[in-house]
Amino acid sequence: MAVDESRADPVEDKSWISVTINGSKQDYLVEQRLSLADFIRNQVGLKGTHLGCEHGSCGACTVIIDDRAVRSCLMFAVQSDGSSIETVEGLAIDGVLSPLQESFQANHALQCGFCTSGFLMSLVARLREGPIDTESEAREALSGNICRCTGYSGMVAAILEQSNSIQGIKENS
Amino acid sequence: MSQISEIKENLTVTNIGRGMIRREDPRLLTGQGKFIDDLPFSDFYEAAILRSPHAHARVVSIDTERALKLSGVIAIYTAADLEPIMKDLPPKVSHPKLNYQIRLPMVKEYANYVGEPIAVVVAENRYIAEDAVDLIEIEYETLPAVASTHAALRKGGPKVHIGSESNVAVHIIQKAGDPEAALKTAPHVIRETFKITRGGGHSIEGRGVAARFDPITQQLTVWDNTQAPHYVRQMLATIYGMTEDEIRLIAPQDIGGGFGPKAQFYGEEVVIPWIVMQMKHPVKWVEDRWENFISATMERSQTHRVEVGFDEDGHLLVLKDVFEHDQGAYCVGLQVPTITMSTLPGPYVIPNIHSELISCYTNIVPTSSLRGAGRPQAVTVMERMMDRIAEHLGMEPAEIRRRNLIQPDQFPYAVGLLFRDGSPLTYDSGNYPALLEGAVDRIDIVKFRRDQAEARSQGRFLGLGLSMYVEGTGIGPYEGARVRLTNSGKILVTLAASPQGQGYETVYAQVAADAIGVDIDLVEVRHGDTSSIPYGQGTFASRVTATAGPAVWEASELLKSDLLAVAASLLKCDVSSLALSGNSVFIESEPERRVLLYDIALVSNVGRHGMSVPRDLPIAIERTAYFKPVQAVYSSGISAVIVEVDPETGKIEILKSLLGHDCGNVLNPMIVEGQILGGHAHGIGNAIYEEARYSEDGQPQAVSYLDYALPTAIEVPTPELFHVFSPSPLNPLGVKGAGEGGTIPVPGAVANAVEDALRPFGSRICELPLTPERVLRAIYDHD
Ligand code: FES
Ligand code: FES
Repeated sequence: MAVDESRADPVEDKSWISVTINGSKQDYLVEQRLSLADFIRNQVGLKGTHLGCEHGSCGACTVIIDDRAVRSCLMFAVQSDGSSIETVEGLAIDGVLSPLQESFQANHALQCGFCTSGFLMSLVARLREGPIDTESEAREALSGNICRCTGYSGMVAAILEQSNSIQGIKENS
Repeated sequence: MSQISEIKENLTVTNIGRGMIRREDPRLLTGQGKFIDDLPFSDFYEAAILRSPHAHARVVSIDTERALKLSGVIAIYTAADLEPIMKDLPPKVSHPKLNYQIRLPMVKEYANYVGEPIAVVVAENRYIAEDAVDLIEIEYETLPAVASTHAALRKGGPKVHIGSESNVAVHIIQKAGDPEAALKTAPHVIRETFKITRGGGHSIEGRGVAARFDPITQQLTVWDNTQAPHYVRQMLATIYGMTEDEIRLIAPQDIGGGFGPKAQFYGEEVVIPWIVMQMKHPVKWVEDRWENFISATMERSQTHRVEVGFDEDGHLLVLKDVFEHDQGAYCVGLQVPTITMSTLPGPYVIPNIHSELISCYTNIVPTSSLRGAGRPQAVTVMERMMDRIAEHLGMEPAEIRRRNLIQPDQFPYAVGLLFRDGSPLTYDSGNYPALLEGAVDRIDIVKFRRDQAEARSQGRFLGLGLSMYVEGTGIGPYEGARVRLTNSGKILVTLAASPQGQGYETVYAQVAADAIGVDIDLVEVRHGDTSSIPYGQGTFASRVTATAGPAVWEASELLKSDLLAVAASLLKCDVSSLALSGNSVFIESEPERRVLLYDIALVSNVGRHGMSVPRDLPIAIERTAYFKPVQAVYSSGISAVIVEVDPETGKIEILKSLLGHDCGNVLNPMIVEGQILGGHAHGIGNAIYEEARYSEDGQPQAVSYLDYALPTAIEVPTPELFHVFSPSPLNPLGVKGAGEGGTIPVPGAVANAVEDALRPFGSRICELPLTPERVLRAIYDHD
């Protein structure tokens, strides 16, 4: 890819954005061409969002923006201006794992853990839309992300256990 | 679990054998993992690499002038700037007959594959570094490329390396018995040609190297997400002319998958730390996915021409296999094809064997071990032939296997060939009939055949495939562990090997806690830092459980005897009257008389400055053990799959998948099952989806996940698992490797199942992966 020679110094193009990240709102001066993933990782310093392909296929970089699961490698930081971003760092509260995170651990749904943040964020967004009750729904919910270590079985089990316990809570209340 | 009693007599095993949840998980689940690109390298410059766009070319000139002018670019290095380190990167496994071609860290004159590094740009950040890569001007003289073993062997065809006389890297023959005579006399001989293509490792995290040089201590610290930290340190020390103590190699606490490619040694690992020392400024380089596709080693195609001879009852008499292996542009190691050679006979009694390797150079990225490492190819070939024998004799595939299996009373069983570790291929233990019958019982073959017949009558095509394997694991030369009583009274286990998701921090705490007899919460496991333990080999070839496991065990036992001796001295009693539990040592008959581990640390580690201690009191409570296996230990397993093939679309649906697995004693069943499940997914990828395709001029055709299909949760069913436990007699824990067994038999089982499904069409399945296109060709395009 050729660089536009009239503009040999692309670093100069910066804009201010205002974003809410895991509940706290802040303004940032960002380069126009900075990807949202690199912004979250390097400028905000939240390294839990990972990059596995940088072309929108693996899902490792998934974050939630205004309630939708989004691949942060496919967006520029400037496009997130005014939005609310949730990352994996926001899931556990005061170091206490969320029930989904706990089910992941109990069901050995992660090995190297590199893909895990992306799966968790995809699932959190999906579970907000409604429960996942069957194995095929669970697989569908997982299918936008790639894991090379686990073979997905532990994740399927974790999701089903998770939604059963939510169902259980609902039925008992 | 019953097998635990075998581990050690008189031992109270409380942790080993339990599926304990992993200590690693909380940090990984909360985004607090420490992967290489997550480390706070904020003052580091970042590097990007210009890679050859041609499969074969001479670099005529390189002009970096425009790139250097770009604001934010710090420096650019090419081979001409790196003369002192332009040294050979030797193969991991070699052979006296290897037609050796030197592999340099960067291209000096000839680029021999697309992706070979030519220049390194160092800039303030990766964005600028990549811009600068695009501004470097290179004049190439392109040369004819060789992009397959078939092309490599063509008489008078182009050569992969200019000036070399042959594209053959090595030609090796191994024989057992008298295969030529047996082929002449065997009542039945059948032949086939198979082409099996594997793919890449595709750890979701790419490779990465960062380094810092401290001019005061003259210490070079290298962070490298390698599977083999001590190996990399040794390579660097040799190339740089430094001692091993001047280089600290740290494999980060978390590594995002390995699968083999990260166990190899690459030019980038040589160049980045070196330029750090030249620039006197830290630098990091993290591979992106495109680079991973074109520059990380992978496995690719093998073409096998196989013949088997057998008698009327289906007993194997002779196996002859001649295969071409794609070595890529350089020989990074011969481990993959030599493993293929010795994996072929599998669990069967075969009196006469001829296994012949013709390994070829091609102008494609080098090949090396990848989960399964040459075994899935061998197993596919052998298991396809077992099915063909069954078909030839009109027998059930399970029955033909049953008649040929090595029996449990035949161990140790000498196959008559050599394994890749140089030792005779001698299986230490196993129970292959238990694996076969375990699968047969669970599948209910009689019922399946009824279902299959009924489905066929409705125009649906179901097939059953079986596939068995034996896998050499736990190879040498050694692995190390250091166990220490810390001054605060805890136990610290330091491993030489570094994990990439296998849960070492959990498993080896289980082993140490049981060996010493302390509360597991007092045990902490660290790994991957060469400054903490002087020697090690690394995580590859399913070797760590069976090498580091015994090392941890032995070091812990030694430490335990020290703890008891100190306590005996303090309590003024005999060692034999003592027991260990929780955080203390006590007199068994008077449990209130006890000393805490903390007290022992105070006396023996901290000491009183300048004061003498009793002669018999052990001091400095730390023990290191290196476990040196005498030979490989042999895991085994079976895969059974039932598929349905759609003859309209060529789509394969896996209706059932079953895996039987034997890796001896199991330290943590949850983690072992995880390894099998993950390996199984990889096997399905190899069977149906994953293919690193190249054009005839060596251009890679799959360089993103849009054109290289990694299986997702939709494609990978959850297999049913069962275990057989044949503990190895060759190590104190009775363990064998488990990292690859899920992958190895699956492609063969799927191929067998698909041919079984398509039998009404007379289809011959001879090529993997079974993409829809290949399936349709097998159905409609044969005579
Ligand atoms: S890194 Fe964004 S989808 Fe892979
Ligand atoms: S746990 Fe390693 S990629 Fe998913």
